[in-house]
Amino acid sequence: MPHDHPNHSHDHDHGLSPSGHPYRADNDEPLTYWQRMEIAVRELLIEKGRITAAEIANQIEVMDARSPANGAAVVARAWSDPDFKARLLADAGAASREMGFDIGPLNLIAVENTDTTHNLIVCTLCSCYPRNLLGLPPDWYKTREYRSRAVREPRAVLREFGVNLPDSTRIRVHDSTADMRYIILPARPAGTDGMAEPDLARLVTRDAMIGTGLARTP
Amino acid sequence: MPPGHVRAPAYLRGKQGVIERPLGAFHNPEQLAYGLVADKKPLYRVRFTMAELWGDAAENPEDTLDAELYDHWLERL
Amino acid sequence: MDGHDFALWEKRVDALMVLCGAKGFFTVDGLRRALEDMGEDAFEKHSYYERWIAAVNQNLVEAGIYSLEELGTRMEEIAARGPTYGAAQDG
Repeated sequence: MPHDHPNHSHDHDHGLSPSGHPYRADNDEPLTYWQRMEIAVRELLIEKGRITAAEIANQIEVMDARSPANGAAVVARAWSDPDFKARLLADAGAASREMGFDIGPLNLIAVENTDTTHNLIVCTLCSCYPRNLLGLPPDWYKTREYRSRAVREPRAVLREFGVNLPDSTRIRVHDSTADMRYIILPARPAGTDGMAEPDLARLVTRDAMIGTGLARTP
Repeated sequence: MPPGHVRAPAYLRGKQGVIERPLGAFHNPEQLAYGLVADKKPLYRVRFTMAELWGDAAENPEDTLDAELYDHWLERL
Repeated sequence: MDGHDFALWEKRVDALMVLCGAKGFFTVDGLRRALEDMGEDAFEKHSYYERWIAAVNQNLVEAGIYSLEELGTRMEEIAARGPTYGAAQDG
């Protein structure tokens, strides 16, 4: 019964629309100071001719269209085509553009996971992320907890994500401190010989490209 | 740490690492941060061992951390 | 596992940050400096995009795009338009 909503006090607080749906929480909460600032900044920029409303709408669409599927397609190509993989490891930005992904001026470095090496990405200074390829970062990536612990105790962090690596595996943490952004080329899972690129891409999770996960097995 | 915008994380200050690769020259963020005309500074990816960063508290001393550091934060040893 | 569908106002902050950066009104380093200057407790008290709009605003004022007075006046006008984000949009 998709149109039924439990009659919790939460719904009373927010009210229901005439069709019986709760209003979206983000638009019917009391207007906050920071939302007022966003509206004011946006309106002033538009009025002064610095930016247009269409540019803002277009940028939101561009960002919404970016998702981990883009990165997964790049990874699947690298697993399938050794020449492409070599180009990816030499210049990940150029290789991504070659596949038609508009990643802007981003300086992208791909690092490869192998049987003996596992890479992990963090930005301790803020929350730099290969957003032009993968979309916006997950909330946990932006937490102070992840940003501080990933450099000090990466193995404990990985265990919490369900990634248990032997002591013999070398962990390489990459702190995005300046102008580079990183993406991980996960190790190709066993049992995937002969699989087509679109099927391979479905094995590549966002976390596998950040290093907090491994590629799925088929 | 000195006050102001500094693009070298505190946990790396005074630690020894090796240059993993040069990355080219980029505008100095510590000038860009204040809207100043920024010189281009060489940027390097520097690799540190966890043993160097955390001593006995390191989970695995041979694991590594790579960070991008500008030339003016590095001292040749 | 993220459980976060970004709200429209957050997406707009993100878009303003990218567009203003691309137009050269400020640099990402200027944004980072403003974020750091808010101090450690800003991280406890404010959400990610709350901190970012504050940093964007700080940099735009410094760049002379508009004045603090213009901002303050506009924010008061907006408060008078309506009680919710949707109602406070102009037209």
